[in-house]
Amino acid sequence: MKPLLIRGGRVVDPAQGIDKIADLLLQDGLVRGIHQRIDPPDDAEVIDASGSTVCPGFVDLHCHLREPGYEDKETIATGTRAAARGGFTTVCAMPNTNPVVDSPALVEFVLRKASDEGSVRVLSIGCVTKGSNGEELAEMGELAQAGVVGFSDDGNPVVDSNIMRQALSYSSAQGLPVINHCEVPELFQGGSMHEGWISNRLGIQGIPASAEEIMVSRDIALAELTGGRLHVAHISTAGTLELVRQAKDKGLAVTCEVTPHHLTLSDATVMGVRDGGSPFDPLTSSAYDTHAKVSPPLRGLADVAALVQGLRDGVIDLIATDHAPHNRVDKLCTIDEAAFGISVLETALGSVMSLVHSGEIALPWLIDRMTAAPARFLGRSDLGTLREGAAADVTIFDPDAEWTVDADGFASRGKNTPLDGMTLKGRVVATIFGGEVVFSASP
Amino acid sequence: MTQVRSEPIQSVLGGRRAVVASSPDLSEVPERPEGRRHILDLDDFSPAEILGVMQNADVMKEVLHRDIKKVPTLRGKTVITLFYEASTRTRVSFEQAGKILSADVINVAGDGSSVEKGESLHNTALTLQAMNADIIVIRHPHSGAPHFLARNLDSCVINAGDGQHAHPTQALLDLYTIQSHRGQIDGLKVVIVGDILYSRVARSNLWGLTKMGAQVVLCAPPTLIPPDFLNSSRQVEGHPFASVQIETNVERALEGADVVMALRLQLERQRAGRLPTLREYSRMYGITPKRLELAKPEVLVMHPGPMNEGIEIDPEVAHGARSVIEEQVTNGVAIRMALLYTVLTPRRGGSFPLP
Repeated sequence: MKPLLIRGGRVVDPAQGIDKIADLLLQDGLVRGIHQRIDPPDDAEVIDASGSTVCPGFVDLHCHLREPGYEDKETIATGTRAAARGGFTTVCAMPNTNPVVDSPALVEFVLRKASDEGSVRVLSIGCVTKGSNGEELAEMGELAQAGVVGFSDDGNPVVDSNIMRQALSYSSAQGLPVINHCEVPELFQGGSMHEGWISNRLGIQGIPASAEEIMVSRDIALAELTGGRLHVAHISTAGTLELVRQAKDKGLAVTCEVTPHHLTLSDATVMGVRDGGSPFDPLTSSAYDTHAKVSPPLRGLADVAALVQGLRDGVIDLIATDHAPHNRVDKLCTIDEAAFGISVLETALGSVMSLVHSGEIALPWLIDRMTAAPARFLGRSDLGTLREGAAADVTIFDPDAEWTVDADGFASRGKNTPLDGMTLKGRVVATIFGGEVVFSASP
Repeated sequence: MTQVRSEPIQSVLGGRRAVVASSPDLSEVPERPEGRRHILDLDDFSPAEILGVMQNADVMKEVLHRDIKKVPTLRGKTVITLFYEASTRTRVSFEQAGKILSADVINVAGDGSSVEKGESLHNTALTLQAMNADIIVIRHPHSGAPHFLARNLDSCVINAGDGQHAHPTQALLDLYTIQSHRGQIDGLKVVIVGDILYSRVARSNLWGLTKMGAQVVLCAPPTLIPPDFLNSSRQVEGHPFASVQIETNVERALEGADVVMALRLQLERQRAGRLPTLREYSRMYGITPKRLELAKPEVLVMHPGPMNEGIEIDPEVAHGARSVIEEQVTNGVAIRMALLYTVLTPRRGGSFPLP
């Protein structure tokens, strides 16, 4: 493998507090150094990164690669290719495949398949309960030995409070987090979107914010009871943010994540409203956008603003995509029939960069929440940083490049995005994984 | 066959001038609004367009009362009704409207069609379009199904009721019924009593009535009112329903009412925990002769049907002197004739074949 010199970019490595124009040398799959000026070794390949930002490869704590079982929606090969195109060099695969990842054999399958066919690093998340059906704990000890980085029944919440208590308690022996999808079924079932004016005018059953907040509140109480490590997946409401803030103030081992879509889109997206439109405008035939149906739902503008604030002040630990690819037919139907989920990996950076361009989030902080913070969460000092000796995982992006989302051109099998046809500002130029270029944008 | 451009509606129908007291000169009717290809809800109708539909319906109603109820207006056009829910009055009403105008009307129901074999709505609709349907009239249990078709098909789409969302043709016939009795809608107090939360009739009427200047009161137990009508979220600038009143006490709601619209209450609401019992609902919210005395003497009693007599409405009221419920049905045919005419009439620059 040839050494790689990335020349003249704005190198941002939040883990080391670096933000400067510099050269970055990668060799033998590792970072060799960042200096004002590095003379390339004889056999080195040189990438001119002037005008671009050079940062650690993004780490996604929450995505759905769908394999095994739902290869029509995504495979490990296509999902990791999508990750590479989005600037992600490490993705954590949620276990709600078919069969679910509740045994070491399944973990092994995912990891081997990833190393054979994957474009980037895949880490495996194991189930909380056997069959992910919420009744008995999965073999968490053996799953941990097989290499899972956390436990989750994502897609479904852990409904039973006693099972959740035991899961938080048992997993503390492994030192691994329980990642819960928090929504109480009684307030969630039958709903397809955020409850508010727009669900009312569309005649779609709404999901109130309290559906999420009740379970978050319960889980925080159980984390306190057990001393276990709780990670709240994809928070969506201002109320949840306050609950997590209070838990942190108490010193509990509670963390949370937010998705690019919950930071940038509101429930008006379901109505087909784009920038400049009003939720009081007449509906058009682009209303009832099934691509905007996601769980938890896109919330109101006040929630979106609160989440951005929570990201800025650090209550939100990290950005995760909740990449949830589906096939065409899963979304080519009415809202009630449509599957929940958005294909996110390839638009994530462009979405969240809007917060940088609007001045709401500083670029180094945004990068921190997508690199150093998730790596710290995973306890991996070799990821999410450009420290000497770290994995040579690098993302180069042009923060100002505008591009139009073309879902049909996604590497992901999931073309399901409400952003299709929209212009985003901020584009991945190249992704380097283990010192090799795994994605490079055509000029 | 003569090709005629932008023919006024009366010569298209070959009929006499309709005689309705409130009807203005039809030569001023904006009967062919630019670009209306679908009828999905009333949120995109202007008051002028609603008036235009009502004025056309006057003419259609005259045809409906002829001995020979047939005009050649839509000869050679195909109307397909695609009903995924049970319906008597709406489906028959569309069928009759189409047939009087000489369109070929084909009825497809969910039962007994390829829908039962698991065909998706998308594929069923594409199939019907491939048969060159000019209009697809759809009723579907899911909100937004007509928008989904409008997005994916070239045919005209008419919403005959989608989930909890909208029932624009019902709302238009309700407006028409009020207008033809009272000469106007502006300023009237219209009370809608019942299952507002789940009612597509209420949602479409909200748009229609507020656009026409009615003072709308929604009356139901709080569990059957959309949550965002119960909080202060309507107090923002530009909210279309800012003036709508919410009243949980039926007596207070009915005071001085010009129109009372009762909605059908489904037994499912009790099972879903929204009501203690239908009995209690009936006692607390049923429209009884005694309660009706609180309204104006000339009050109109309406119901979109089918009725649960004895639950949301007392039989004496439903069939009493103030009831216009059967008239609503007749007006429904006229309104649907007017709407079929509207969407099938060529856009400006087109032509319309006459016999």
